[in-house]
Amino acid sequence: MFVSGWRRLREAGVLGINRRNAEFTLPYNPRRLLPLVDDKLLTKRLAEKAGIPVPELYAMVEIEHQVRDLHEVLSPHPDFVIKPARGSGGDGIVVITGRSRGMYRKVNGALLRRDQIEHHVSNILGGIFSLGGYPDKALMEYRVEFDPVFEAISYQGVPDIRIIVFLGVPVMAMVRLPSSASDGKANLHQGAIGAGIDMASGRTLTAVWRNEVITEHPDTGNPVSDVLIPHWPRMLEIAARCHDMTGLGYQGVDLVLDRGRGPMMLEINARPGLNIQIANRAGLLPRLRRVQEHHHLLPDLESRIAFCRAEFGVSR
Amino acid sequence: MRPDASSRQLRNIVILLVAVAIGVFAFKVLALGFPLRVKPGAESWDVEAKIVLAARGQPVKVVLRLPSDSAAFVVHDEAFISHNFGLTINTSGGNRQALWSVRKASGQQILYYRAVVRQLPIAASRREPAPSVPEQPGFSEAKLAAAQSLIKAAQARSADLETFVPQLLRRLHDRQDGRARVLLGSNPTARKRADIAARLLTLAGHPTAIVHGLLLKQQERDAAPVEWLRVQDGKGWQWFNARSGAMGQPRNFLPWWSGADPLVTVSGAGRVKTSLALIRTEETALGGATERGRRIAPRLFALSLFSLPIDMQLVYRVILVVPIGVFVLVLLRNLVGLKTFGTFMPVLIALAFRQTELVWGLVLFSVLVALGLLARFYLERLKLLLVPRLAAVLIIVVLLMAAMSVVSHLWGLPQGLSVALFPMVILTMTIERMSIVWEERGAGEAIQEGAGSLAAASLAYLVMNLPWLQHLVFVFPELLLLVLAAVMLMGRYSGYRLSELYRFKALSKDGR
Repeated sequence: MFVSGWRRLREAGVLGINRRNAEFTLPYNPRRLLPLVDDKLLTKRLAEKAGIPVPELYAMVEIEHQVRDLHEVLSPHPDFVIKPARGSGGDGIVVITGRSRGMYRKVNGALLRRDQIEHHVSNILGGIFSLGGYPDKALMEYRVEFDPVFEAISYQGVPDIRIIVFLGVPVMAMVRLPSSASDGKANLHQGAIGAGIDMASGRTLTAVWRNEVITEHPDTGNPVSDVLIPHWPRMLEIAARCHDMTGLGYQGVDLVLDRGRGPMMLEINARPGLNIQIANRAGLLPRLRRVQEHHHLLPDLESRIAFCRAEFGVSR
Repeated sequence: MRPDASSRQLRNIVILLVAVAIGVFAFKVLALGFPLRVKPGAESWDVEAKIVLAARGQPVKVVLRLPSDSAAFVVHDEAFISHNFGLTINTSGGNRQALWSVRKASGQQILYYRAVVRQLPIAASRREPAPSVPEQPGFSEAKLAAAQSLIKAAQARSADLETFVPQLLRRLHDRQDGRARVLLGSNPTARKRADIAARLLTLAGHPTAIVHGLLLKQQERDAAPVEWLRVQDGKGWQWFNARSGAMGQPRNFLPWWSGADPLVTVSGAGRVKTSLALIRTEETALGGATERGRRIAPRLFALSLFSLPIDMQLVYRVILVVPIGVFVLVLLRNLVGLKTFGTFMPVLIALAFRQTELVWGLVLFSVLVALGLLARFYLERLKLLLVPRLAAVLIIVVLLMAAMSVVSHLWGLPQGLSVALFPMVILTMTIERMSIVWEERGAGEAIQEGAGSLAAASLAYLVMNLPWLQHLVFVFPELLLLVLAAVMLMGRYSGYRLSELYRFKALSKDGR
């Protein structure tokens, strides 16, 4: 049973974590480049310089002393997102949608007192959410108002789009839809829904929720398959340009679709997870091998995107 | 390309490591005869001498005669526990002895001597060296006549030494015999009888030494020393039971000290009570090998870990199995895909399990982490900053450890005392990480990761505690090069983890 399970995974071209590390992230992502993406502030600055749209930074807290001034600094902004600069896996992110009676309202409607917000920010500074527990910065930034196309298929929180980019070629993508189980977070292991995306057309394929294949959103009941992601070509372009921006060979680019501002790059992950294969019900390995074989023939952005749409589309 | 070059390099290093390890290992086994495993049949005992004395505020000097290596036994892992006494070890009259001294002491003082004695297999036994015996029996004029008369009577009824000794002892132990009374006085102790018997035999032309020792049993709390006589018969030294006169030495007789002196002499204190205790222990493989190594190849021995003092050897016994535990962890994480808190935390927990035993270790660890988590959840409500909060958790962990030790001691559960051996910093970090995972990802994931850590620790413990494996890495530390090679190869293992077979099951179904 073991051996056959093993062989079937191999045949499906599933990329395992050992192979991802040994053959992709370790050789293609030089260690000196990792700080560029580990610190979201650096990534944001880099993207701004490269002309890649990112959520606007409202404020940043670096030292404990600044925590109390937080409310003052944020007062012009009715809604915002607090996130650790060096967080991973969505940990430590709090989305504030508004205020009421001097308190802050979270996505799920719960109210946070001012001191609770301050404590959370202090925790971020202390390094609770950062890799290795190093002291961290807390970023307060623009809260994305997601595009109405996702309204029917997400439950609180912001759905985001993850695109794996290998050597500048987008190879696989999924949209992560928050559910009631994920507390508005767009992380698959926290209970969000992952729907694979046809690279050629930008339409969602089947979706996966907690290792189960589903066709409808468990909270809203609306179909999650065959939804056209607006601005898909622009998203592919942003993702592909992130490769030129960071120099990382193998990365996961997280994008959001804002109602007014269009696609925005949220963050880049140098060790993107493998669940995207479940959402797409396809293995990454054959696609990565295709890129390895052809990338010397793909000199510029246009050719890489064209290669992606020609090779990794599902509908023919 | 770079990956190819580094693969080749890795392959060469691995080949080199394996070659060196196998080479050294084979040389030691084949050419030098290092034992691959301990021969069965070797047995060992923990022996303990406990001296309780009442000091009177004066300088106190305590001499304890110590056992030495003998034909059938090897003494090692000696420990001296003496509160504030100074300790020197010297040799006097053919005996090793411990000399405890203190300038000023008052009240009850307790001194301990502990050692492990190992019985060598018959094949490995060597000849006993000749004992040192006094030249003169040293009888006074009055006693000399009684002694000579007693000897004459015994000689008349015996043909050789084997029959002479029992005859002599029977007369000496006969309370009705006036000559025996002259020699022994009233109420003679066993030691006194043995002493007189030895002097009688010396007077009869058979130089004799008294050997005091213990008859090793399964266990005994208050063992009494028994005396044997070593009598020269012209060809060699024969053993006789000092009580019955029977010839021969039982295999379970552990010679402790020789001569007429008592086991303990004390000056400067009163009311001395000495007790000997012994308990049979499981053969721990290593000790036997150590001693055999010393006997078999003394030169090479000097270059091995065996040449280190016993306490350092004990440290290395533990340190050398750590790589094995780490290797287990590498397999569990990269081959199986088990999630654990912290990279090497389970190995450190496994080390603590060595002291607590597995089941107790699991219970103690779980209780400690659970209580620590409760405290941590409460601290969360107080909104403390990270580092002070970690410090607070650490202090609470220390207090919990102390409390658990005290409670388990009150309940008479000695295993609970060993909770003190858990690495508290690791516990603190585990509690912190677990509480964060608990809050961020839910209780399920936190408990799953905690259980994964304990499973990894248990497996690492079980593997690290395999006696033959401990023996192998201690006798052949070069085998760790193999572990190094294996770990390096695992560093390039890019196949699936077992957990991924489950994780991506949905994919393999449609994988066509």
